[in-house]
Amino acid sequence: MESTIVKAVNYNSYFGDNHVVKDVNIEIPRNNVIAVMGPSGCGKTTFLRGINRMHELIPGATAKGQIMLNGEDVMEMHPIFVRLKIGMVFQRPNPFPNLSIYDNVIAGYKLNGIKLPKAERDKIVQHSLERVALWKEVKDSLNKKGTFLSGGQQQRLCIARAVAMEPEVLLFDEPTSALDPISTSTVEELFHELKKNYTLIIVTHNMQQAARCSDKTAFFYMGELVEYDDTKQMFTNPKDTRTQNYITGRFS
Amino acid sequence: MTQLENEIQAVKTEVLSMWALVESQLQKSRNAILHFDRDLAREIVLKEKRVNAFELKIDRDCENVFALYCPVAVDLRFLLAVLKINNNLERIGDIAEGIAKYVIESLNDFDKEVFHKTGMLTMFEDAINILADTRIAFEREDTTLARSMFKRDEALDAVNGQAIERVSDCIKADASVMTEALYVLSIIRKLERVGDQAKNMAEEIIFYVEAKVLKHVDRQIKTNL
Repeated sequence: MESTIVKAVNYNSYFGDNHVVKDVNIEIPRNNVIAVMGPSGCGKTTFLRGINRMHELIPGATAKGQIMLNGEDVMEMHPIFVRLKIGMVFQRPNPFPNLSIYDNVIAGYKLNGIKLPKAERDKIVQHSLERVALWKEVKDSLNKKGTFLSGGQQQRLCIARAVAMEPEVLLFDEPTSALDPISTSTVEELFHELKKNYTLIIVTHNMQQAARCSDKTAFFYMGELVEYDDTKQMFTNPKDTRTQNYITGRFS
Repeated sequence: MTQLENEIQAVKTEVLSMWALVESQLQKSRNAILHFDRDLAREIVLKEKRVNAFELKIDRDCENVFALYCPVAVDLRFLLAVLKINNNLERIGDIAEGIAKYVIESLNDFDKEVFHKTGMLTMFEDAINILADTRIAFEREDTTLARSMFKRDEALDAVNGQAIERVSDCIKADASVMTEALYVLSIIRKLERVGDQAKNMAEEIIFYVEAKVLKHVDRQIKTNL
């Protein structure tokens, strides 16, 4: 029986008076890959950013309802703790340009003032880079700048940086939209590996990526969660006409 | 319409053209046997190549749509259904050709009495009508009409079930019709297969339109599903 790791209960997000996410209720099972899709402006990224409380960083942004992590309301947790437990990877690879590959991986610890012995840091760096299938490629150039890597490698480095903090959930906001097909394919393969240890929530515009990579898919439209189901079901027999129109490209 | 919708529509038009050809082949095979028309029978054998060409073309077109458009939901179901319907139609084309070959092979005209006594002619009409109505169901996405094929197929099965007894009665009454009677028995067996193929196509239409899988489900249950 799959247990729920993230649960949204009557969750709403606003930018000032603009009601962006409307009354979303969703349960996300542990060690699953969840794809969140929908047309531009449907609220999917805002919803994603609400999960680890990044939404509230934007001036004028507010939220109502609850996001639960392992049954606890994230709004009642310290935001730093929430972001340690729920890591995030963005659209464009954003390694720290002035830091080495090694320091990029360990950056979360440094920035949070967590001091670790060198041996333990080494272990975390190797383990994290192995998790994202980057260790073999960079083990001899750990002191080089992160920006020295290719776009796909940089994105995997950013995933390694998130993984290094041992989160439970990883949020991805269109993680491959800036990558070429080969790098996209490498990152997608990675999703299958990562879900053994983490729960992945991926916002994507690429429907085939949602179909290929996810166990469940959520379809957002105009701020509402229209449909949430097993990906196989969603892509063969969606229940809502809006979902069908969107995934078949008939949306007007 | 999106480009994918255009492609889907083109495939549908092609399937309907193939369907019309197969219907015509079956109708002609009936006429060929009824009037012992060897020229018509030869025409059917020749035209079978066109049925085969349709099958290959539709397969290839579906393959292209899969590769280029990655269809999902109703589009995916449509193409999956078409791949099977295409195969069913090709088999019915083979059946029409097989019947035509009996006309070419047979040395003597068939005894019309055997046709009537075995119920073959009525069965032929029923098979042709079932095939035509399944086409209409496909064209109009009419799943009620598609569902009616399950019962109509049973009528063909019933004639097939009585075939051996009826054919032996004909032979017992007049041993000189033995060869023709055995041909008739083979035709009845083939027409029963037409009913099965039409039923399979009806199941595919329901799968495509309603996303329900009715294969290997009891007739009573699937009529109501």
